[in-house]
Order: sequence, then C-alpha cells, then structure tokens
Amino acid sequence: MTTAATVPTGVPLAPGSATVEFRSLRRAFGSTVALDGLDLTVHPGELLALLGPSGCGKTTALRILAGFESHDSGEVLVDGEDVTRIPAHKRDAGMVFQSYSLFPHLTALDNVSFGLKMRGVGKDERRKRAMELLELVGLPQRAAHFPHQMSGGQQQRIALARALALQPRVLLLDEPLSALDAKVRLNLREEIRRLQQELGITTLFVTHDQEEALSMADRVAVLRSGRLEQCATPSELYARPATAFVAEFVGTMSRIPAVRAGESVEVFGRRHAVDGTLPVAGDLEVLVRPENVGLSPAVDGPAVVVGASFLGAVTRLTVRLADGTTVKADLPTEEAAQLPIGGNADVTLPDRPVLVDVRSGAGQ
Amino acid sequence: MAQLTSQTALGRLRPGRAGVLLLAAIYFFVPMGASIWFSIDDYHGGITFNAYTKLLGAPGFLDALYLSLELAAATVVVLLLILVPALLAARLGSPRLRPVIEVMCSLPLVVPVVALTTGIVGVLRWGPEYFANSPFFQTFVAIQNPDLPAVLLIAYVLMALPFAYRALDGGLRGVDVVTLVEAARNCGASYPRAVFSVVLPNLRSALLSASVLTVALVLGEFTTASILGFQPFSVWINSYGKTDGQMSVAVSMISLLVVWVVLLLMSVVGNRGRKAARS
Repeated sequence: MTTAATVPTGVPLAPGSATVEFRSLRRAFGSTVALDGLDLTVHPGELLALLGPSGCGKTTALRILAGFESHDSGEVLVDGEDVTRIPAHKRDAGMVFQSYSLFPHLTALDNVSFGLKMRGVGKDERRKRAMELLELVGLPQRAAHFPHQMSGGQQQRIALARALALQPRVLLLDEPLSALDAKVRLNLREEIRRLQQELGITTLFVTHDQEEALSMADRVAVLRSGRLEQCATPSELYARPATAFVAEFVGTMSRIPAVRAGESVEVFGRRHAVDGTLPVAGDLEVLVRPENVGLSPAVDGPAVVVGASFLGAVTRLTVRLADGTTVKADLPTEEAAQLPIGGNADVTLPDRPVLVDVRSGAGQ
Repeated sequence: MAQLTSQTALGRLRPGRAGVLLLAAIYFFVPMGASIWFSIDDYHGGITFNAYTKLLGAPGFLDALYLSLELAAATVVVLLLILVPALLAARLGSPRLRPVIEVMCSLPLVVPVVALTTGIVGVLRWGPEYFANSPFFQTFVAIQNPDLPAVLLIAYVLMALPFAYRALDGGLRGVDVVTLVEAARNCGASYPRAVFSVVLPNLRSALLSASVLTVALVLGEFTTASILGFQPFSVWINSYGKTDGQMSVAVSMISLLVVWVVLLLMSVVGNRGRKAARS
C-alpha cells in the first residue's frame, strides 16, 4: 500500500484508504436490470477501473456506492461496514462527475472549500486547506476564478481538488475525462494517476474507454449486462481475456473459423491448444489479436490483402480469406511494405493456446 | 471614460438600428413627456405641481399604496414558496411530472380574468350562506379582510402563476440541478442545505425575473380588485383620477413612477445580492 502524501502543512490528504466490496449487488430499473449480482472487491490504495459498454451497470455501481442510487439487494461494504443505509452526504466518498459540476456562483477556492464549510471548518483553516489542494492540482493561480472563466480541463482538476478536500476514504471518478478534448484528456489522465498514487487513495474509475482504463488502472473490471466478466490487471486482461466478450471489448480481435479436433482446434491446417474450455457444441472460431497474426507474401496464399493502416512503427493490414472472413494483422511497417493491397499472403497463428468461441454468425 | 464608451457605442450604431431606436424612443417618451407637461401646466405659461401635491395628500393614497405593496410582496412569497419546491422536486425526484406541472401552471392563461373573478364572486356569495353555522364562515370573513384580502392574494397567485413558472423554468433549464445537488451532497451538504447553498444562488436571476413579473402584474391589476370591491392602488387611482383631468394624468404618472421604482429597487437589490455572494 502506498503511503499517504502530505501537503505543505503536513496534513495527510488521504488518512486511510478503504477496502470496497460489492456483494451480490442487484439493481433494476423497471424491466431493465442494471446490476445483476455484482461481486467485486477493490483493495486499499488501488485504482480500479470499471469498464464496459453503455448500460452495463458501471455508473449505477458507482452511484450506489456514492449514495445517489438505491439498490434492490446485496451489500456495499467500505472497510467491512455496509454503507447502503448511510445518506450520501455522510458517506465519506469524494466524487468527480462526468459533466462539469463546479458550483457556478462560487470561485475555484470556494468550490474546493465548500465541503470543509459544510463540515464546520473555520474560514481561515478551510481557505488554507483549499489553497493547498489547488496547489496540489497545479491551479493556485485560478483560486479567484469562477468556473465559466476556466477551461474544461481546469474545471475537472478543481473538481478533483474539491473531491479530495474532505479527505475521503474512497475517490469516485465517473467518466471525468469524457467531455474533454484528446490532448487535455491525456494530460489529465496522467495527472489523476499521479495524484492517486501519491495519495494512496482507493479509487473507482468508471469509463467506457478501454485505452483509458488500461493505461490508468491497477486492475480493470469489465462489466457486461450488470455482471462482472473479468477483473484483472491490464496486461492480464489483454493477454488472457477470460471470455470472448472481454477479448473483443479490450483491444482488437479477429475471429477466424476453426475446426474441432478432439480437445484442440484446427486452423489453417494446424492444431492449436485451447485457452480455457472448448464449447460443447456449435461451429467454432478462434479469437486472435492483430499482433499475434503472422502474414507472409505467397502467390497462392489463402488470404488477399484488402486494406492497410499506417500506425507508425507498425502497419495494420486487413486480409480477406476465401470464405469472406476478414483478419487484421499488425506487422512492422517495413515487412508490411512487402504485402501490397491485392496481393496474396499466407496466414499463421502463434504457437500458443488460443481463445475459442462459438461462431457468431458474421465473421469480422 | 463612460461617456467615451457610450459615444463609441452610439457611433457604431447602424443607421437602420438608430432609426428603430429613435422611433421606439418617440413612441415611449413623447406621450409621457406630453402627459407630464399637461399635468404641470398652469394654463398661464407657467408650471404648477398642484396636481401632485394634492394627490400625495389625498385621502386613501397611502393606504391604497401600502395595500398594493403588501399584496405584491405576499403574492411573490406565496408563489415562490409553492413553485420553487414543486419545480425542484419534479427535477430531482420525478422528471415525468414536469409536463403535468407545466400544463397546470399554464392553465390560468386560458381562463379570462373576468371569468376567474366571477367564479370567485360566486364562491364568496355561496360560501358564507352554506357554511353559516360552521367554523368555515369565519374563514370566508377572514379572507375578505380589507386590510390584506387573502382572496385577492389567491387570485393574484393564480394569475401570476404562468409568468412566474416560465421565468423559473427558464432558469432551471440553464442549471444542471441534479448534478449540482449531487455534488453538494457529496461535499457533505444535506438536501435542504444543497438547495439553499447551491441551487437557489444559481437561480437568482430566474427568481428575480419571476418576482419582477409578479410585482408588475399585482401593481397593475384592476379588474379583480375592482369587482371584488377592494381598493388597492390601481382601483384608487381610477376612482380618484376621475375628479379632474389634470389630476388623472398626475395619478397615471405617479402610478408609473411607483411601479418603476419598485422594479428598479428589486433589480438593484438582486444584483447587489449576486455580487455579495460572489465576493
């Protein structure tokens, strides 16, 4: 666990990072089930990203933890205590919202000190603390500015300072970067991660952007239809996705038709061990990442190059197989130059266990 | 400096816009100037403020003015106490109720004032007879107390409802109330504190607009008060001004001045409040 950082006065900003547990959490809105028995544990000082498509329940989980949403059944424990009956204003969880949520009639300084005022902290003390937090987010010079006088990135940094002002045990980030432009987003992403690590505060970060989740989080929890598909480190999630959904949601995947061969599968005439369990019935496909697909020029090769995207050091080639399946392959740009569009190629897969799924209908 | 700025601004006016501005100024100020001149002309080439001095000392002037101001203030308070919590509750808890509230608040627009007043008169006639032997009889007497007729207050609240609703709804549309309240609660504020510390300060302009419209409506309302037999400022002006031509114009000018001063004061107080909140 990271040691809590201190500001110039020596006051620790995150006095204690908490363990957060969602236990069999369920929430339905009418006939729509937002959370269907979510079980998830966030360790102290960890930044855990809740990742998933729209409607998967990630924001609902966060809002239940913050106290803005009720739940139907299950528990939300913070350091072992069920917080679901505690009103939102007593939950001890700082939150940064997706939309700009600074109070428009207050300056940056007053926004940051608002929570301290609610707690009855004296004027001088809260002013001092708020200035320290503004320094922490690098905006002390904006103390007297109103929200409408600041950029979106600056507003979200002030919102972050405001969320940290009460020294919460848990920090909740509800897609705080989604309204920002790409460059600001990248900078703020690093800024949030730096602060989180310095403060050692348990953080839940909701996002639908897989790149954001993989680059910032200690662990990523992928949700689908209110259920947890997989929770793992970014590298594990990318390299060893537990399900086809995770594999396709995190990064790019190609689906290639495969033939059942006992306990393994056969693709392009070669046998491959299966990662996980082989589906009992149905036509099969293997899921392969572009960097794991090998292409080599071959006049009578089974694949035809139909597209190329230059990505810098590598070029992503798209090839079409005889049955119409398209496969993506990342090759060093120099090698990719040997495969012109319209040319034929041989396709090879890595000599390692592959993820197998039942055929989805339309090949990619 | 300010003079320079206004000169520059005037210089930038295009001829077309300047023409429209001039026409508007003539439309508003010429009749007013003529009226003022008529009310102070002594018919011998000089001026006299007799009409105004007599008016200010006229019996019932101050009583009528006080009654109007009291009614205006009470209407604003009652209206805001009803509308603001209702609109906030709809936004925070039941967004589906918004169209229902909108229709209900707009209904008074389609009921002519005379029809509303006739209905009130009917109820006031029927009520005391029907409830003669019950405690409600005293209620009917109390709401017609000429010092502060609650029945007039109820009528004014209904009449001002559509205008106040529009002003407040417009203000609420410009503020993400749900997020602001959630952010305030996340910072440790209870629901009431979140509303008072965060929502209402951001609705200051809308609250002020609703209040100004209500005050303007109440100070100028004549039909209901006259039919129900009460004498706020507008009714008093009408009855007193009939005695002499010069006096009736002086009365109109005073009436205009009173409304302007009240609205100006509200605007100044509102702006000062905003600056104070920001500093």
